[in-house]
Amino acid sequence: MITDIAAWLLDPANWTGEEGVLRQAWLHLLYCVFAVCAAALVAVPLGLYIGHTGRGSVFVVGFGNAMRALPTLGLVTGIAVLFRGSVALAALVVLAFPAVLSGTYAGVRAVPSQAVDAAKGMGMTSKQRLWQVELPNALTLLMGGVRNAMLQVMATTAVAAYVGLGGLGQLLIEGQTIGRYDQMASAAILIALLAVLVDLALAGLTWLLVPRGVTLTAANTGARPRGRRKQR
Amino acid sequence: MIEFRSVRKQYDDGTVAVQELSLTVPVGTITVLVGPSGCGKTTLLRMVNRMIEPSSGAVLVDGDDVRDSEPAGLRRGIGYVIQQAGLFPHRTVRDNVATVPRLFGHSRRDARRRAEGLLERVGLPAELRKRYPVQLSGGQQQRVGVARALAADPPVLLMDEPFSAVDPVVREGLQDELLRLQGELGKTVLFVTHDIDEAVKLGENVAVLRQGGYLAQYAPPEQLLAEPADDFVTSFVGRDRGYRRLSFVASDGLVPGSVDTVRIGDTSADVPSRAEWVLVLDPHDRPRGWLPPGAPIHGQLTEDQLIAGGSLYTSGAPLRGALDAALSAPSGLGVVVDEDGVHLGVVTARQVLDILESRRHPAVAEGATQ
Repeated sequence: MITDIAAWLLDPANWTGEEGVLRQAWLHLLYCVFAVCAAALVAVPLGLYIGHTGRGSVFVVGFGNAMRALPTLGLVTGIAVLFRGSVALAALVVLAFPAVLSGTYAGVRAVPSQAVDAAKGMGMTSKQRLWQVELPNALTLLMGGVRNAMLQVMATTAVAAYVGLGGLGQLLIEGQTIGRYDQMASAAILIALLAVLVDLALAGLTWLLVPRGVTLTAANTGARPRGRRKQR
Repeated sequence: MIEFRSVRKQYDDGTVAVQELSLTVPVGTITVLVGPSGCGKTTLLRMVNRMIEPSSGAVLVDGDDVRDSEPAGLRRGIGYVIQQAGLFPHRTVRDNVATVPRLFGHSRRDARRRAEGLLERVGLPAELRKRYPVQLSGGQQQRVGVARALAADPPVLLMDEPFSAVDPVVREGLQDELLRLQGELGKTVLFVTHDIDEAVKLGENVAVLRQGGYLAQYAPPEQLLAEPADDFVTSFVGRDRGYRRLSFVASDGLVPGSVDTVRIGDTSADVPSRAEWVLVLDPHDRPRGWLPPGAPIHGQLTEDQLIAGGSLYTSGAPLRGALDAALSAPSGLGVVVDEDGVHLGVVTARQVLDILESRRHPAVAEGATQ
């Protein structure tokens, strides 16, 4: 079996062309990045708002738990089958949303209350407080949420192939149809590999974004970003 | 000047944090609000920069009702120091201090230059300027907190238990530093603490608050210790208040007596009469310790043959130091030194008590000495 997988992976014919690994991996990546970015576009401002004002925190907690209880794969497949075509990608956006939202919210809430109090007391406006104090100090957890979301979406994007959008899931489904288990296993390995690479890239991005003082503080107090939630 | 005019704070659930309370903080002085937790001291302080709005009454800063100013603008003109400093973890020490000048629209360069000047003023070593708050000790962080509050040169400074989270030795250093700074700057400072010793040390006026937001007494510290207004104040200022009050009693009339001395390195031949305690000095005439009466000396006198001395009393300081020096010395003789630590003489507890007695009954004492 292992030799079969190795043989499949090493066959250049499987990598090139319209249906090849490179093209499918590119599509896979594109869908994931799109889904997470689209989710972040709404979830980050919403998380910042809720964290900053404290209004609606019940919503974040309740919504987050409800989402965790949902059978995600079923939901995503459902939306994909119902809507067909590229609208199916909306399912991935929905999937990415809660992790980014709760990461952002938790990040803002975790900013030391003394720093926020001092910011207020020295005469920062609400907006200045958010941009100059809360956001920079929330970035570690915020980016943790983004990495969480990305991993979940990476694993689930295989579903895009069901509605003919391609991606590495295409190889998986195809392998199943024609009974090529070496191809299926290879596709699964490739998805995992891509997920790890993207996560590493995001780790790098986090390192670039998070101010050094915040990183040092986390290292010093042991207040590390919460461990990433386990994947199914 | 800060004026509280019949301010009252009642929360929606009916709890009253501050009863109708009036208080005036004079310009250029440190006024301390002190009391147990739940006495409303922090609530009062936070009313000044509108972090909390009173339910009724008014707070005036330099004659203007704070409600007439928009909160952010008002706060930018008032220095604010809190417990554990509340520094921004993501900014360097220098940029923390530069924050308020930046809010006022100064260029980054000007703001940083101002910040560096202030950090020097509060005694933070220059090499720490580009560090992050987490890389500083608690005491250093609090210095930065003070520098940050002073960055816009505000006439009024609010300090909410700023030194509570640091250890006693560091706290004492920070208190001395604050007094030194205040001597240079002359701000109007409102200082909140639960520590009566801190209140008595720092405050030119001290307001003692009682649980439920009542003002129990508002007086200069010496009066507070000498004439506590009621049982609550009496118990709050503590049992040692008679002794602590000596911190405010001048040492006029205290004349140091002389004592036999030797130097480190002297041999037994140099040591004078051995029936009394002998004070041992270093080559610069600074006290090092005591030789007990009759103790044998072998060869040259070294440090390890000495008995450690008590606290040193700097000539001219209040009587508390003189009494403590006498009580803590093994010989019962308090060593008096000048500002450079050079030995001037010794005082006894009896001398201190006599001075106190003579001030209580001036005529009798004069009669006795004549």
